[in-house]
Amino acid sequence: MTKMIGQRAIASLLSLLGLMILVFFLSRLTGDPAVLFLPIDATEEMKQQFRALHGLDLPLIEQFGRYVWDLLHLDFGESLRKARPAIDIVIEAYAWTLPLALITMSLVVAAAIFLGSLAAFNVGGFFDRLVSIVSLVGASAPDFWIAIVAIVIFALGLGWLPTSGVGTPWHWILPIAVLFIRPFGLVVQVVRGSMLSALAAPYVKTARAKGVKNLPLIFVHTLRNGMLPVITVIGDQAAAMLNGAVIVETIFGFPGIGKLMIDSILQRDFNVVLAAIMVTAIVIFIMNILIDIAYGLLDPRIRH
Amino acid sequence: MADLSLAKPDDGPPSQGASLFAMLWRDKFAFTSAVILIVILLFALLGPTLLGELATDQNLRGRNSPPFSLDRGWAFVLGGDSLGRPMLARLIVAASSTMLIAAGTVIASMVVGASLGLVAGYTGKTVSQVIMRLADVVMSFPSLLIAVVVLYVLGASIPNMILVLAITRIPIYLRTTRAEVLEVRERMFVQAAIVMGAHHWRIILRHILPVVAPTLVTIATLDFAFVMLAESSLSFLGIGVQPPDITWGLMVSQGRPYLTSAWWLAFWPGLMIVITALSLNLLSNWMRVALDPAQRWRLESRKSKNV
Repeated sequence: MTKMIGQRAIASLLSLLGLMILVFFLSRLTGDPAVLFLPIDATEEMKQQFRALHGLDLPLIEQFGRYVWDLLHLDFGESLRKARPAIDIVIEAYAWTLPLALITMSLVVAAAIFLGSLAAFNVGGFFDRLVSIVSLVGASAPDFWIAIVAIVIFALGLGWLPTSGVGTPWHWILPIAVLFIRPFGLVVQVVRGSMLSALAAPYVKTARAKGVKNLPLIFVHTLRNGMLPVITVIGDQAAAMLNGAVIVETIFGFPGIGKLMIDSILQRDFNVVLAAIMVTAIVIFIMNILIDIAYGLLDPRIRH
Repeated sequence: MADLSLAKPDDGPPSQGASLFAMLWRDKFAFTSAVILIVILLFALLGPTLLGELATDQNLRGRNSPPFSLDRGWAFVLGGDSLGRPMLARLIVAASSTMLIAAGTVIASMVVGASLGLVAGYTGKTVSQVIMRLADVVMSFPSLLIAVVVLYVLGASIPNMILVLAITRIPIYLRTTRAEVLEVRERMFVQAAIVMGAHHWRIILRHILPVVAPTLVTIATLDFAFVMLAESSLSFLGIGVQPPDITWGLMVSQGRPYLTSAWWLAFWPGLMIVITALSLNLLSNWMRVALDPAQRWRLESRKSKNV
């Protein structure tokens, strides 16, 4: 287990390094921040001063060397936009996105396990149809469009929920609901499929013959085996959740990491973009490790 | 002697195309989806030449004119946009760029991904390991964020969008192809070809690829919907397709400021995306069964009962 985690850590570190180099040089190509941040009538001298202040006048290679050196001292540089350490801004944004993602994912898992098991138990029944309809919608409807339609109906039409922003618990309902649909559609299909094959196993027959009731049969006997593929697909969804967060946060004005990334890229705030990407890669790495551990806990065959 | 006429031999098995069509006709959902997709394809091919002028013709008196009224002619039946251009004509014209980007991405990523997958599955460990690790890197990061950075640097144009989206989709084809090749490689007919001294390329192209191809086509259909959604997300965020080019995703984004006064500006293009993606999903479900020789009987069963 430790050996595997070590191998994965090295592989992730290498890919993180590659990603950092790519983004560092790509983002330097987007244009001169001095033009964007200084007033339109700024003299060449002022621009020169601005670049010197932020180390943007050095050759690219030297800028990169400095950046890596600072990084080794856990210094991610300053945000040009807010004149504060970039890492602070990124962590503040994650403090919004992580609860959003975790709440959504918990709801997805709970709902998918419940409805997926019922659908597998009663193939062709009401729950089975409900599940396939929701999955189809999740795979076919763009999330930004669902968000807009939801705003028109629930915020503008009925006036039940706020259109955007944060502050009250009510502000969280629409973002969570929109973020929920696509991962739910995927996870519930996997639950249904793996429960179908788990329910066909001989030990289920034995349990039935012993007179175990339907509900304990699903949720006590079969679920633990049916959960294995589900955990894998939840891991794959971690990165997809962040994709969804970019859209949902932009539409609902939610101050999380997705909105921060878009804003920082558009305003050439390089240090924040880099810090956000690196923290994201680390978050996804930790998530994958946790999933591997959970897999081992559920399946004794994998535990060595 | 009369029964001789009954013993007349069959016309022989129907051609492959005809039997596929018969199977499609029997599944009404899949058939409807196929018809819808053909109509959208016609929109994409003919729309810009036939309606290009009408779709860009501004008429400030028709600004945000409401849908379901024929006062201004058939083109305004779905309403007018913020510059008084007819929504219906714009929707049809926008199909062109939307389809072009999605098709370009799917073809590019399928060709590259399948080739790499064939190589990774057929050759030894080292090459395979390197290719798979690269795929893991691409898969493990939110594709939308990478696309945002790259598009912002390279500039948002249709070829750049195809490039970025294709890179994020290659791993899907790569992994599937490799997994299938690993299995097919061990089958008897491949072993026989090896024993008979067939060249590697001949084995890959003549013996392995035809077995893998149906899976690839099914995935590509499903992926077409996914890519279309990704493209519309990017265009919606303002870093995808730029005006005067137009896609459905961009139309949703252009309609967003008018949500309170003219809901139809953002609603129709989104609905077009949903209908297209839904059709692709349903058709892909059908293909998964129809193109798999082991499962095809599910669709043919009714015919065999009558025989």
